[in-house]
Amino acid sequence: MSEKFDAIVVGAGPAGISCAYDLAKGGANVLLLERGEYPGSKNVMGGVLYRKMMEDVIPEFYKEAPLERPIVEQRFMMMDKESAVTFGYKGMEWGKEPYNNFTVLRAKFDQWFAEKAVEQGAVLINETVVLECIVENGKVVGVRTDRPNGDVYADVVVLADGVNSLLAQSLGFHKEYKPDEVALATMEILKLDKKVIEDRFNLEDNQGCTIELFGDATKGILGTGFLYTNKDTLSIGVGTLLSGLIKHKIRPYDLLEYVKNHPMIRPYIQGSEPQEYLAHLIPEGGYNSMGKIVGDGVIVIGDASQLVNAIHREGSNLAMTSGRLAAETILQAKEAGDFSERMLDEYRLKLLNGFVGQDMKKYKDSTHHFDKFPQYFDQYIPMMNKAASQMFTVDGSSKWEKQKKIWSDIGSTKEKMKIARDFYRAWKVIK
Amino acid sequence: MLHIVACIKQVPDTKIIKMNPKTNTMDRRTAPAILNPYDAHAVEEAVRIRERYGGTVSVLTMGPPPAVKAIKKCIEIGADEGYLITDRRFAGADTLATSYALTKAIDKISKIKPVDLIICGKMSIDGDTGQVGPGIARRLDIPPLTSVNKVVEIQQEKGYCVVHRKLEDGHEVIQSSMPCLLSVEKTINEVPYSPFPNMLKAARYEPHIWSVDDLEDVDIKQLGLKGSPTIVSKVWAPPKPEGGTMLEGSPQEQVEQLLSIILERKELFSVKEES
Repeated sequence: MSEKFDAIVVGAGPAGISCAYDLAKGGANVLLLERGEYPGSKNVMGGVLYRKMMEDVIPEFYKEAPLERPIVEQRFMMMDKESAVTFGYKGMEWGKEPYNNFTVLRAKFDQWFAEKAVEQGAVLINETVVLECIVENGKVVGVRTDRPNGDVYADVVVLADGVNSLLAQSLGFHKEYKPDEVALATMEILKLDKKVIEDRFNLEDNQGCTIELFGDATKGILGTGFLYTNKDTLSIGVGTLLSGLIKHKIRPYDLLEYVKNHPMIRPYIQGSEPQEYLAHLIPEGGYNSMGKIVGDGVIVIGDASQLVNAIHREGSNLAMTSGRLAAETILQAKEAGDFSERMLDEYRLKLLNGFVGQDMKKYKDSTHHFDKFPQYFDQYIPMMNKAASQMFTVDGSSKWEKQKKIWSDIGSTKEKMKIARDFYRAWKVIK
Repeated sequence: MLHIVACIKQVPDTKIIKMNPKTNTMDRRTAPAILNPYDAHAVEEAVRIRERYGGTVSVLTMGPPPAVKAIKKCIEIGADEGYLITDRRFAGADTLATSYALTKAIDKISKIKPVDLIICGKMSIDGDTGQVGPGIARRLDIPPLTSVNKVVEIQQEKGYCVVHRKLEDGHEVIQSSMPCLLSVEKTINEVPYSPFPNMLKAARYEPHIWSVDDLEDVDIKQLGLKGSPTIVSKVWAPPKPEGGTMLEGSPQEQVEQLLSIILERKELFSVKEES
């Protein structure tokens, strides 16, 4: 039997690396396994990294991490076919330390982050796939990799193997996710001159902008699009519930092409060159889709435990926090010499009682609600565009007349009641 | 017990690399650094010899500090020890200066444990010269055996080995005294998926790192750019193939078009009749 570790972390994404980092820092002998050529090579996200949760792991990381741009402006575009109502916030306080959040390219960032964990003493092995957990007497005691002599043992196995988490599924912790519990995001990284980016997005050096796209960006399917500025590239993508793509018979890359050619988006990306194409599933089932996340000798963290807040496009931060809490619990368990489910359950309690659990509970019905009532995206956003167009078009009619017209265009009293009801319902699921 | 030294090089992945159209040189930033593929076979062969006869496999490379990654890759394949010689004074070396520096490092490794066999890859994929291996052999005054595609036997006590060399019109079975230097073809073996214990060893392994000052009897004038008489007078990218016709339509239609073209130009494929 080969060497036994205190912990094995499967998957070097934000969750897995945070966990391995804190475990190694706490003196544990930890093995971090990654199936990609290097950490980040297979990892995908739109590209917003939240400063606070990252700093909980590495204080002042922004002084040395490979980041793209600190985000100083967040815009939201409610899109119709040839128009958009835009609102947003730009603030210079986000442009200086300690910053709010950053755009990042995962292939670079995750690699750096993993190196930091290695510096703390974690042992990182790439290009190695974990096939299954080794279970003895109902307790997870290690993992079986796809390499010859590939069994490795540990007191605790941390599953950070991402959205589908076949490992947690094979332990019976969750069922195979249904198409309305996962979103499929496709994105491209577009090469564009730094100066051109700054001119087009009204930015100065070392300032970034994010634009979230709603409505026609997803052809009315539940989901969002995004356009983020990196140093000398743009990240553009679109993510929709898998069930929506199936129902509307739209191929994900066709949807991305549609967004890229949308008259509200095209001018931003004109002349850019596609550099990379990426696609990934995002767990969006929320709190109700979360399976079992703790067992004897095993803990599930990050995407693998469905930790995504779809409404606020947060995920990597929840992942990091879950990784950190898992490490904290494992170090306590090590102290006590007890790796039973009862001992490790401390992780679940901390997670659910903290902001992660609070947010997951707050939005637990949101995905389901917006999926069930598609009118928010395919009716109300176009309606909003039409109203704005009427209000701001100067055609000689009085503003009073315009308001009356907008009001009557919304529909009959019955339809107005329905809209009011919808808005009340939407308020209820996100309040 | 045998001591085998495999000389390796970290190279940019030339399958991915882009050329700078202005300077006609390789833009190294565009490609990841990998272990030269020929050298992986050299290390694998050394490991196989060790498995047959026992002994130690050391790998040696010259390069910038990130070349540690290439050494770790060799540990994954099964090497026991790794040596990196790295120093600004080595920079800009051609094959002459490189073989000089590596020879000096091999001299030092020999003092730790006498070297019986040196194995190199046939050539690097970025330089394509295949000169460094024979250069080392010449300087050590040992036989160079190039294009080796099979190691038949090693008789350490009797002081000889038998190998196959690939020639243009067949292969040569050759017996050589030892120590000697082999430079190997890719066909010599297949590099298998490394076992987990090797991965674990590689993840933790820290190679021996030497600067010029750690080596003995070094003539600084023979190192790096100064020691490199090679002058690259002109570099150009081969012209891109032009012309050609894209067939369009359904697979069925494309096959039909292709067949009619082949039939039209059948003289290209027929054997000329002797008159």
